[in-house]
Amino acid sequence: MAGQMRVYRQRVRSVQATKKITRAMELIAASRVIKARQRAEAATPYTAALTRALSALATYSHEDHPLTTEREQVRRAAVVIIAGDRGLSGAYNSSVLRASESLVQRLQDEGKEVVPYLVGRRAVSFYKFRRREFAAQWDGFSDAPTYDAAREIGQRLVDDFTKPYEEGGHDEVHVVYTRFVNMVTQEPRVLRLVPLEVVEGEEKPGENEVLPLYSFEPSASEVLDALLPKYVISRIWTCLLAAAASQMAAQQRAMKSATDNADALIKTYTRLANQARQAEITQEISEIVGGADALKSA
Amino acid sequence: MSQLQVELVAADRKVWSGEATMVRARSIEGELGILPGHTPVLGVLVSGDVTIHGVDGVQTASIDSGFLSVDHDRVTIVADSVGTPEAKA
Repeated sequence: MAGQMRVYRQRVRSVQATKKITRAMELIAASRVIKARQRAEAATPYTAALTRALSALATYSHEDHPLTTEREQVRRAAVVIIAGDRGLSGAYNSSVLRASESLVQRLQDEGKEVVPYLVGRRAVSFYKFRRREFAAQWDGFSDAPTYDAAREIGQRLVDDFTKPYEEGGHDEVHVVYTRFVNMVTQEPRVLRLVPLEVVEGEEKPGENEVLPLYSFEPSASEVLDALLPKYVISRIWTCLLAAAASQMAAQQRAMKSATDNADALIKTYTRLANQARQAEITQEISEIVGGADALKSA
Repeated sequence: MSQLQVELVAADRKVWSGEATMVRARSIEGELGILPGHTPVLGVLVSGDVTIHGVDGVQTASIDSGFLSVDHDRVTIVADSVGTPEAKA
């Protein structure tokens, strides 16, 4: 009986230690979400300036560029999967991987060959565990991505895209990432990155406003050459930042519920320990009374 | 004479914005100077220094590859990374 009580007390202590850890992780994640969102916000002037410049280009020059032209026949498609480096964030990794699986399935059903590019250790281990092939991997920055990482990924994608099919080039690029809607909602999104659609860019001039008639230095096609890869990189960069914010928010929520669960467990085990202690006392009393009765009647 | 509204933007932050009387940057074809009333232009920049003659002093910042757009006296200089602007006498 006394053993039972000790076991319960031990459990309470162990859960209390776990609770301290999850509470700390919750607080850390909460502060990192804010930081990640600030970073995402800080990147908007760049994206806005780039989009404005590209829309001006799209409106005034009708240059064709390999990055914007639809291929007649899509035989090979690249899929960039942006997941986290760590677990402990609820359904974050599994939902983005599930979205990527259904995209891969859809592309394969359309008769396209799929080349995966993996970002984040979780995506890599998902593919390695299933012994699947993938083209490239990047990891180690999922909670605080750097622009250099985005540039590396974007450059690689642009390089591979511009290669001819026979040398392993692909005909379109998709990105699977998690969009940060708000603190409680993050949804996995699929985005076709290349060929680019600068749809969001073609801004209509206002009532009395005339879009400037740009002159291009050195020439429209060369400006396009320089700007389009930057646009790809900037899209990747925004995706990475959104994914980082989502991951942190998911982690905060997961750790919050872990802390709540620990609280519930502590409560249950404390009650059980008290019960065991009470039972022990009751038993001791009845043993003493029983013993005294036996002595008296003897 | 009107002034230029200048924005200097890096990939991860807005570095500087304000009014200026002249902006100088290095494009692919050579040094490019922008004064108020300049015709709209979209130019590709190479790595080098950008000099902004602001209302409250001259500033220089080094950038790597980027681009510059000018329209209606609004100048936007966009670069992948921008060094900290230094005031110059």
